[in-house]
Amino acid sequence: MRRTPHDGMPSRTPDLTTEQRLAEIRREAEQRGEVKAAGVRPSGAPFPIASPETGYYGIPLLKEPAWTWEVPLYFFVGGAAGAAAVVGAIADYTGADRKLVRDARWIAAAGAVISPALLIADLGRPQRFLNMMRVFKPQSPMSVGVWTLLGFSGAATATAFAGFMRERYGPSLPLRVMENAGQAASLAFGLPFSNYTGVLIGATTIPVWNRNVGNLPLHFGASGLSAAVGMLEMMRHRKSRALQMLGLGAAIFESWEGWRIESRRQPGLDPLRRGTSGWIVRTGGMLSGPVPAALRALSIISSNERSHALRRWAGISAVAGSLITRIAWVQAGHVSARDWREPLEISDPLCTEKRV
Amino acid sequence: MSRTAFLTDSTLCIGCKACEVACKEWNGVGEDGLEWSGFSYDNTGALGHSTWRHVKFVEHAPQPGFGGNAPELNSWAFSSDVCKHCENAGCLEACPTGAIVRTEFGGVYVQPDICNGCAYCVIACPFGVVERNRDDGRAFKCTFCYDRQKAGLVPACAKACPTESIKFGEIESLRVKAQERVEELHQRGVKDATFYDAGNTSVGGTHAMFIVRGDPRSYNLPSKPEVPTIYLKKGWTSSVIGAALLLGGTLLAFLADGER
Repeated sequence: MRRTPHDGMPSRTPDLTTEQRLAEIRREAEQRGEVKAAGVRPSGAPFPIASPETGYYGIPLLKEPAWTWEVPLYFFVGGAAGAAAVVGAIADYTGADRKLVRDARWIAAAGAVISPALLIADLGRPQRFLNMMRVFKPQSPMSVGVWTLLGFSGAATATAFAGFMRERYGPSLPLRVMENAGQAASLAFGLPFSNYTGVLIGATTIPVWNRNVGNLPLHFGASGLSAAVGMLEMMRHRKSRALQMLGLGAAIFESWEGWRIESRRQPGLDPLRRGTSGWIVRTGGMLSGPVPAALRALSIISSNERSHALRRWAGISAVAGSLITRIAWVQAGHVSARDWREPLEISDPLCTEKRV
Repeated sequence: MSRTAFLTDSTLCIGCKACEVACKEWNGVGEDGLEWSGFSYDNTGALGHSTWRHVKFVEHAPQPGFGGNAPELNSWAFSSDVCKHCENAGCLEACPTGAIVRTEFGGVYVQPDICNGCAYCVIACPFGVVERNRDDGRAFKCTFCYDRQKAGLVPACAKACPTESIKFGEIESLRVKAQERVEELHQRGVKDATFYDAGNTSVGGTHAMFIVRGDPRSYNLPSKPEVPTIYLKKGWTSSVIGAALLLGGTLLAFLADGER
């Protein structure tokens, strides 16, 4: 820090006092080997000492995620698409409304096209995406996820395409085979696809993520389901009681998850509660949990017309909440990576309350 | 086939940065910019895509006789940091393309012709070493001078080190050498000399070992680095439970819905 000397400085007139003071400084230096005075940094004083308490100048040990905006969006789209495929397949197998089955398949298929596009766009070398298919590594959630995504994309688009062709040109054996096999495969791939992103970020060195590896997949799975249900309700499926129950279940789970996030006082979980990332988590949590849960509860006891309006708003809230939740977790990961104290196990003197 | 390692003895390091220069010159790595940390001459801060060797300048309160300083001056401890080349490497396990491989020398090597820049290794490294280069798109880190080792030469940094602070050799003999050196330092009165190789963690030891003075954490060396694969079991269990709940719940919801 450099300070500008006061205005009169260059035009000071030397007098007896100033010269005596200079002589005094010289004498002190000769006798003691050092001089101490206000404004002078003597050796040992404010100096950034590296120590176990300060780490290495507070330079973070861990690297922040290098992912760009595509990745949280991919978590959202993939989660909703995976859950939509499951809802569509089960709705079909249980003989639910045909239009519901068709719309769920379209959501899955749209997600199946958008997801790989987002994932490829995030790569540093997008043209090398195919290198992902050189190997299958069960120990890498990214590898498992890419193969799940590929299986899901193929299955979900094939199902939607076959269904569309059948409706347009009438049924035929190849189309029926394609539709049924595609649906079974998109159910099988959709189940892990809806929540694997929780493992993807949980099995990393980012403290706030790996401390939550046990509940992130459940959290993301519920978030995906609540988004899929919300999308279907926004597509006017507001009569289905099955969707209402699924939406309510997901909203209750998300409320519990939000309560857990707010109530746990563990080192390393601060980014979920404090600062900007904390508020994003909170906003996403409210929109995914209590808000749709309350709207759904109201809609159950309301008249028909009003009930539909409430469910529409519940759906919109759940979709927005799911998207914000994914952004929030990625943001919290960034904050967590910047916290140099955490991986060095240095307690933050400002946050001692959490250690109690 | 010998498994090789670095032993960086920070008590011998004079902070000349010959290793950084040698590394950059041999590997053709770009410059790091000029942002200084603390009051010292550390302009690189941390390891990264363009910093494969990083000389840390650790400032201590005055310690008479330490580092040859006058008793009233602050002491500097230097330590040349490098990719740890973990025995259980998080980046290697996480890499979905198989671009990151274990070489015949025991090092962890990112094949630049395979890497597609997914950046998953970046958040799988417990030491914050590997980093994606924004302009290039790929991830980079120390190659353990794989090319030089294949030609039977020692890595550029070890060769350039004027005080033999960076030792290079067969891993087992270096481990023995490290123990001997720590004992020697203790006998000489340097009681705080510590050996660091993360051997007692899930990382399972490293191919870049260090002798530092005092708490390794002041050198940004974590006391409990963990390879993220240890979280997989918990994560996938949760994923399976989530999938079962989704399947069961959806089935139940549609079966219970009488109006279907």
